Amino acid sequence: MALHRGRGFAAINYPIGMNLGGDPSQALVHSNPDGKFTVALSSIDLGQGMKSVTRQIAAETLGVPVADVYVDTADSDTGPHCMGSFASRGTHRVGNAVIQAAQEARAVMLQAAAEELEVDPADLVTDGQGNIHVNGAPSRSITTMAACQAAQFKQGRTVSGRGIFLIPLSEVDPETGEMTPVSCFAHAALLVEVEVDDETGEVAVRDMQSAYELGRALNPKLVEQQLVGGAWMGMSHALWETTEPYYPDRSHGPVDFNHYLMPGPGDIAPHHISVLERPAPDGPFGGKGPGEMCANPVLPAVANAVYDAVGVRIDELPITPEKVLRGIRANGGAKPRQRLARGAR
Amino acid sequence: MAKTPIVFVLNGAERASFAEPGQNLLEFLRRGVGDLSPKYGCGQGTCGACTVTIDGQTHLACLTLAESVTGRRVQTAAGLATGATLHPLQEAFMENFAAQCGYCTPGMLISAKALLDRNPNPSREEVVEAISGNICRCTGYEPIIEAILAAAKGRARA
Repeated sequence: MALHRGRGFAAINYPIGMNLGGDPSQALVHSNPDGKFTVALSSIDLGQGMKSVTRQIAAETLGVPVADVYVDTADSDTGPHCMGSFASRGTHRVGNAVIQAAQEARAVMLQAAAEELEVDPADLVTDGQGNIHVNGAPSRSITTMAACQAAQFKQGRTVSGRGIFLIPLSEVDPETGEMTPVSCFAHAALLVEVEVDDETGEVAVRDMQSAYELGRALNPKLVEQQLVGGAWMGMSHALWETTEPYYPDRSHGPVDFNHYLMPGPGDIAPHHISVLERPAPDGPFGGKGPGEMCANPVLPAVANAVYDAVGVRIDELPITPEKVLRGIRANGGAKPRQRLARGAR
Repeated sequence: MAKTPIVFVLNGAERASFAEPGQNLLEFLRRGVGDLSPKYGCGQGTCGACTVTIDGQTHLACLTLAESVTGRRVQTAAGLATGATLHPLQEAFMENFAAQCGYCTPGMLISAKALLDRNPNPSREEVVEAISGNICRCTGYEPIIEAILAAAKGRARA
């Protein structure tokens, strides 16, 4: 009886967003008289960083400090329409809608500033610190707050903007079956090392190496956070989570966390991540977004690693100890595909 | 049945409130006292989202009878910050991106605080052990482990 090491590889070509009847999201941006901006969205932040990223995008486009932007995703009844936070679409779809809305609001803000400064709005620039000034003449300036107040109290303008980003429905060609459902793909490659116990059938993930190409990383720490957490979830799907393996029927299935299993903090493995930034032509500031892709490649990579370690090809998830043991028995024992240098680590 | 008056110390301040007969500590804290920081995850002691300390020991509030805290000191995540100043553990969780949806965070913070209070310089294995009763769906645990180790390091420096 022995522990067998194995390595598995998987690569992924991942579509951003979906195309069931078209894929739109809207954003509305308006200023308050204090010169702060509100971005209204119906795109819910589940913890993945939707609010942070749309806030950065709005601030960058408006030319104001991030601290001056508030993102409100509170109410999908009253907010502008969004398809939702799924399909890895948030950064790409909603980010583009926010850029459009913020550009329109910025144009009004510059018109208001131009009227106060008695200059042409085309000559104005923002410094990102809350000031608008004449290009090349920083002393001819007005704060964004003063411009927004002038719009509100003197000029009778709303400093506001509307944005929508739509990937229209792609019809299927009846002759060829061809369609173009997606405009933007992200990519990843992942290498997993596992240890398989041929006595118990247990599989432990020992190491993960990954490379992700996901456009420009608009917030690198949030990207890393998604990749680390997502890989854990992929590992969990590969080896633990299921409602199925209970006998004799589904009424004996898991109803709580004692039976619906997930890896705990003692089951995790070092994960070495490389992020390749290749800005997407149609992404907001080149961003695509990590999304669901951060979990997906782990599953096939683990399955391949188990095959590498003991020669058992398991094609039904999760890869439970029972399936591994049955496979080893059917093969007449563990059949490691290669011997890895065990002393190397 | 009559409600039971319970006098106890919550996050350093004496509190008095009525508990329903048989009420667990989680419901008592959330509905009776109004401290919403302990979370209801599973209600049967398997997720750790309701973790509090009673006289410095971690307990699962959902499995604890409210009456049992009479005269004792209860700590929840709501008591970690001092005014606008975050507790070093909260700072470390923020710096290390150790929260995403945030639902496990109050329980994680209390498990971590109980660890650091009895063991100011824990090893990685001791941190893992301390949070092994707290389930997290988002982070993959690594950022949480890093945050707790960073907080311990910061405290050692101070």
